[in-house]
Amino acid sequence: MSGHDQHYHHDHEHQAVPHDLTLRVKALESLLIEKGYVDPAALDALIDTMENKIGPRNGAKVVAKAWLDPEYKARLLTDAPKAIAELGFLSAEGESMVVLENTPQVHNLVVCTLCSCYPWPVLGLPPVWYKSNAYRSRAVIDPRGILKEFGTALPEDTEIRVWDSTAEVRYLVLPERPSNTESLTEEQLADLVTRDSMVGVTKL
Amino acid sequence: MNQPNQPDLTQLPGLPKDEGGPIFAEPWQAQAFAMAVKLSHAGYFTWTEWAAELAAELKAAAGRGEPDDGSKYYQHWLNTLERLAQAKGLTNQQALNDRKEAWADAYRHTPHGQPVILKR
Repeated sequence: MSGHDQHYHHDHEHQAVPHDLTLRVKALESLLIEKGYVDPAALDALIDTMENKIGPRNGAKVVAKAWLDPEYKARLLTDAPKAIAELGFLSAEGESMVVLENTPQVHNLVVCTLCSCYPWPVLGLPPVWYKSNAYRSRAVIDPRGILKEFGTALPEDTEIRVWDSTAEVRYLVLPERPSNTESLTEEQLADLVTRDSMVGVTKL
Repeated sequence: MNQPNQPDLTQLPGLPKDEGGPIFAEPWQAQAFAMAVKLSHAGYFTWTEWAAELAAELKAAAGRGEPDDGSKYYQHWLNTLERLAQAKGLTNQQALNDRKEAWADAYRHTPHGQPVILKR
């Protein structure tokens, strides 16, 4: 991989402490796993079956609106939390959101090199692969390889930007609108938007 | 991947759910849900026992005058889980407190870009 197509963004020197309930769950979970009372893979498998169960797919509505409404898109790219709140979606943990626009020249890919930073108010529960060590480490050092595994081939001259989420700032990718969708309604467009495309591992 | 056995949700009145199963407002709630299901599958308690313990926790909360609107459902769920795990000898309050503080500390001291790992 050539070095010029990768930018690695650090936004914070250290990490915010999650809220009390999250810490209690982490404490209990790590103790139970350590003692062998629960199998972490079985926990992940069960959570995976429920990953789309946090509310509706709010992010897809945000993307569809941005495709149709240039003024909304401009607001979304300059002040994402405010623009997302316009649709009634609020961030419960008070973290900030940044929306990253994919273009033919630039493809954005989101990772959290930790475990839990994910824009779940707009994307629901993180998928198991997002939390895996393989994705978290390789997205940074070999984003093109990761994208290939998701079936995403990008032209050699497309710049890939990798964004590392934090507890304070989370990222949502605004995918490119597919061609031949001019006649679709906002609702139909939202149905086209996949979770993976908003993490940046796939295109639409 | 094996489809995990789904627990009997009809035993849990008040569980936030839709036609597709339980719904969660935040990720920790799904993790707490999964832990209870898996401990029950592993035989540390039966699902009926879980439902009864949770019901007692919810009833106690209602007795304290807390609103019964579902907003605190998973806090009660987590209280029940911690209590039952201790009653079954799986852990104790000191270990839970220490581990929670260790996680908070790990977050405070880990530079971003590195995984948060407990110092042991």
